[in-house]
Amino acid sequence: MSQEWPLWEIFIRGQHGLNHRHVGSLHAPDAEMAINNARDVYTRRNEGVSIWAVKSEDVVASAPSKRGPLFEPSNSKVYRHPTFFKIPEEVGHM
Amino acid sequence: MYAQVINTGSDRVRPIDEMSAEEQAFMERIERGEKIEPKEWMPEGYRKTLIRQIGQHAHSEVVGQLPEGNWITRAPTLERKAILLAKVQDEAGHGLYLYCAAETLGVSRDELIELLNSGKMKYSSIFNYPTLNWADIGAVGWLVDGAAIMNQVPLQRTSYGPYSRAMIRICKEESFHQRQGYDIMMKMCEGSPEQKAMAQDALNRFWYPALMMFGPSDKDSVHSAQSMAWKIKINTNDELRQKFVDQTVPQAKYLGLTVPDENLVWNEERGAHDFSEPDWNEFFEVIAGNGPCNKERLGARVKAWDDGAWFREGLAVHAQKKQTQQRKQA
Repeated sequence: MSQEWPLWEIFIRGQHGLNHRHVGSLHAPDAEMAINNARDVYTRRNEGVSIWAVKSEDVVASAPSKRGPLFEPSNSKVYRHPTFFKIPEEVGHM
Repeated sequence: MYAQVINTGSDRVRPIDEMSAEEQAFMERIERGEKIEPKEWMPEGYRKTLIRQIGQHAHSEVVGQLPEGNWITRAPTLERKAILLAKVQDEAGHGLYLYCAAETLGVSRDELIELLNSGKMKYSSIFNYPTLNWADIGAVGWLVDGAAIMNQVPLQRTSYGPYSRAMIRICKEESFHQRQGYDIMMKMCEGSPEQKAMAQDALNRFWYPALMMFGPSDKDSVHSAQSMAWKIKINTNDELRQKFVDQTVPQAKYLGLTVPDENLVWNEERGAHDFSEPDWNEFFEVIAGNGPCNKERLGARVKAWDDGAWFREGLAVHAQKKQTQQRKQA
């Protein structure tokens, strides 16, 4: 039997980091080994305190060609950037 | 450089009017300095060149563990042994990052390993030289990792995103390695006459092989122009080799060692050192598989792969069994 080990995407939350960040990927036969290898490869110099491993095949990515329509900055939709409300001074900080 | 002679599939750079509309748009992005990402369109030659280069780079990290691993059990102090172990572990990690970067181009790691094992893909010529004494471990860190850094720092700006990001991560650790190598050399050179002689001997044997790491001279490097047009390569082989010599000569002087080159002299006019080229016949022989350790190195890789087959399969079967059990319980 010859079977390639699946690819895993590795996310790490740094010591003072708020969220997990993608740091790379690796091959491992199962989730436990993926975590063990990620610890050795990606956190040997105090890089983090928490690891997520996700099978690459479970990740769905947006297509680069859709970059325009997906990420158009919607500057025309001013109501999404509501920085223009006037609050009376008497009301105080809000 | 850990990838020295990379075939780009063409021996000349095509002018823009010979390109398809897609390729023209791609070249415009390259010109603007945009990074190319895995799912995006790229010319087939660009993809293949990168697979060759990143794959060869990854193989070099893995094979490069062997010459240094050779001295782990014989390191002269416990501290040096622990440092060497950590370094070899770093190299394994670098191989891992690079295989992952290569895989984003649509090739699998096992395929690449098969190409290495069957001799169809190369690794850096430098790892076909033996490590004969402890000072060689110092010389490898100082010169070999030094040459690698010289090449990899500009590669942080290479046009393919995943490769560039792998380089950023790797460069940080390579600089630890170079310093630990130089530290070994300093210790040897401050030591007994016998120790200093070992250090000189190591420099004598590794100087030219380190210069070869930058690949053939620009005039013989037919594929460089295309790699540079694609901004995979940022500097020419000769530019980087010159920079390496200029940086390394004062370091050798500080150690009180002599660079084994009678023609080495500071050229005031150029503001750079003149030096002898390495023996390019030797280089092409090593690349062709006829260097001092080629058979031993590749043999060790193939043996590890073959002898480990039952273990890899065992882990895969165990993982499958566990998954089936979990499904039953759910």
